[in-house]
Amino acid sequence: MAVTSPPSTRAGLGPEPSVPVTKGGLAGRLFAGLSTGAGILILVVLAAVAVFLVIEAWPALTASPAELQEISWFKADSLLAYIGPLVFGTLLASVLALAIAVPVAVGIALFISHYAPRRLAQGLGYLIDLLAAIPSVVYGLWGALWLLPILNPFFTWLSGTLGFVPLFEGYQAPAKNIMSASIVLAVMILPIITAVSREVFLQTPVLHEEASLALGATRWEMVRMAVLPFGRSGVISASMLGLGRALGETMAVLMVISPGFLYSLFLLRPGQQQTIAANIASKFPEASGLAVSTLIATGLALFVITFVVNMVARWIIARRKDFSGAN
Amino acid sequence: MAVTDLTPATPSAPDGAAPLQLVAARKRLPRWVPWAFAVGGVLVALAVLAVLGTPTPAGTVALGAVLYAVGLTVTSRVVEGARWATDRLATTLVTFAFLLALVPLVSLLWIVVSRGAELFGATFLSTDMVGVYGDMTSGGIWHAIVGTLLITGAATLISVPIGLLTAIYLVEYGRGPLARWITFLVDVMTGIPSIVAGLFAFSLFTLIFGPAFRAGIMGAVALSLLMTPVVIRSVEEMLRLVPNELREASLALGVPKWLTIVKVVLRTSVAGIVTGVMLSIARVIGETAPLLLTVGLITQVNWDLFDGRMATLPVFAYRQYEQGGVGIDRAWAAALTLILIVMLLNLIARLVSRLFSPKTAR
Repeated sequence: MAVTSPPSTRAGLGPEPSVPVTKGGLAGRLFAGLSTGAGILILVVLAAVAVFLVIEAWPALTASPAELQEISWFKADSLLAYIGPLVFGTLLASVLALAIAVPVAVGIALFISHYAPRRLAQGLGYLIDLLAAIPSVVYGLWGALWLLPILNPFFTWLSGTLGFVPLFEGYQAPAKNIMSASIVLAVMILPIITAVSREVFLQTPVLHEEASLALGATRWEMVRMAVLPFGRSGVISASMLGLGRALGETMAVLMVISPGFLYSLFLLRPGQQQTIAANIASKFPEASGLAVSTLIATGLALFVITFVVNMVARWIIARRKDFSGAN
Repeated sequence: MAVTDLTPATPSAPDGAAPLQLVAARKRLPRWVPWAFAVGGVLVALAVLAVLGTPTPAGTVALGAVLYAVGLTVTSRVVEGARWATDRLATTLVTFAFLLALVPLVSLLWIVVSRGAELFGATFLSTDMVGVYGDMTSGGIWHAIVGTLLITGAATLISVPIGLLTAIYLVEYGRGPLARWITFLVDVMTGIPSIVAGLFAFSLFTLIFGPAFRAGIMGAVALSLLMTPVVIRSVEEMLRLVPNELREASLALGVPKWLTIVKVVLRTSVAGIVTGVMLSIARVIGETAPLLLTVGLITQVNWDLFDGRMATLPVFAYRQYEQGGVGIDRAWAAALTLILIVMLLNLIARLVSRLFSPKTAR
């Protein structure tokens, strides 16, 4: 009955002033207020993360080098000199992981979007997404106990044949070096890069693909000239998201690498580099006082780096959204 | 633009074939050739490695793959021409990339199941670590299961209302710069490293209760910081799937907006929302680093979220791994338990979305 009544009453009233959405009184305003409040809470929390980290890191930021050196593991000349190698190690591990993961992820995304049989494609996608569901501590166990022995002969061979390149010089078993950590990181960031790239590749206008095939292009020529140019910015932002993940990943690095605090490019030597996140996790549980502040200061540096990387990635995605008028 | 790029490639066939000849009519390799190369490559690799030393499975497959790629590309180049050879090489590489990704997945699941099964069992699940020391093989993870469930449950209780309301705000109310900023920052928030979330929770509770305070709720706050953006994203996606006609029909009947949202929009998308929440729980239940910093580890069950350290599965697995010896067996068994919980959550999520999703097409 409610369905039929509005038109008849409306007709009888003639030029009714446009009745806007019923506000619903107090309950309506409460509900709108609650949901707006939740949205604003998100902004507040994000600001709070930055503010609380700064407050807790403040003692370390203002402490003199002499005070800092009273911490048992603090060997650097100043706070910056302590954070520097950690930032270097973090960036090195993440960039290596990215260099390994991106080509493979683009290949997988292409396989799922353009090569695999249609019927299988979705199932294969789930299979790759499964990699994202595995907890990081399990990756750490897998990396430390399964992968390291497997990598050992490979690294021995690499160091033996390409040892004249400084990068690969001086390998020592077991393979607790930054290269192994990066390989585990690469596996961990593979799913997110694959998922985003796959979505972008699937959005390629079908007409472009069909046109190139109709002109006699092979499948690879079609991919190279229609799909890849269309998906380039998507792959870039996917890689940035993967980089953000790799920068902050803790357990895999913590359980695989043998730490060191040098600006070192020896990828196969143990005891050269360390990442911020793994360093915090290894020292925080036993730390107190100024040591906690110092570690939180390094965490602040990590927060800033990942924040910038993620912001750039999202900015690229958002910009792309505006211009993808092709479809 | 892609069309203009293509023009030079087609007419100038580099292998000197007559330009009028149709592509399909060219000489192509029979379909069995790639398979022959695959089998041949592995056999040759096995033979070569057997001559040089002892062949390992990994080495055989790797060398076989290289032989397959090189052999097929060269043959294709001779018979079919350069363009088709490149095409075959690309297909090979793309397929290899996919197979390569299966190596960690399969090996990881296999080793977790095979190593984890050694200790896994009813006793392991139902005992704690009180009085276990040295090389004793007794002990279990009951305390860690309780801790993980309590902390993740508390994190869910915090994140779901906030996430749900924020998503409703973004989809139903949000207009203008505020909504744009929230959307953007939620995206950025998904990228916060888990260890930073742990540091945040630590700082927050240290400022309020002093530096010695330890409780499960700290871990829950850290996890909810990681979980909320995931919940917002998935709920938002579900709410946007609700057809506008449903909202308009309800509003046209004079139903207030908030009732429309509760009774129509949320009712329609409830299956998707439940799925999204389950998946976000699965995402954070294995987080280790934030719990390592805030909650720590103890040997017995602690039911009180607001007082004292708690044991959790990921931290337990890590600490046992560090300890070595029997600890490594316990770490694998704990990892197996964790993976089973995560897979179970994923499975339930998929079932819920399959069974209860609204039928949009009539």
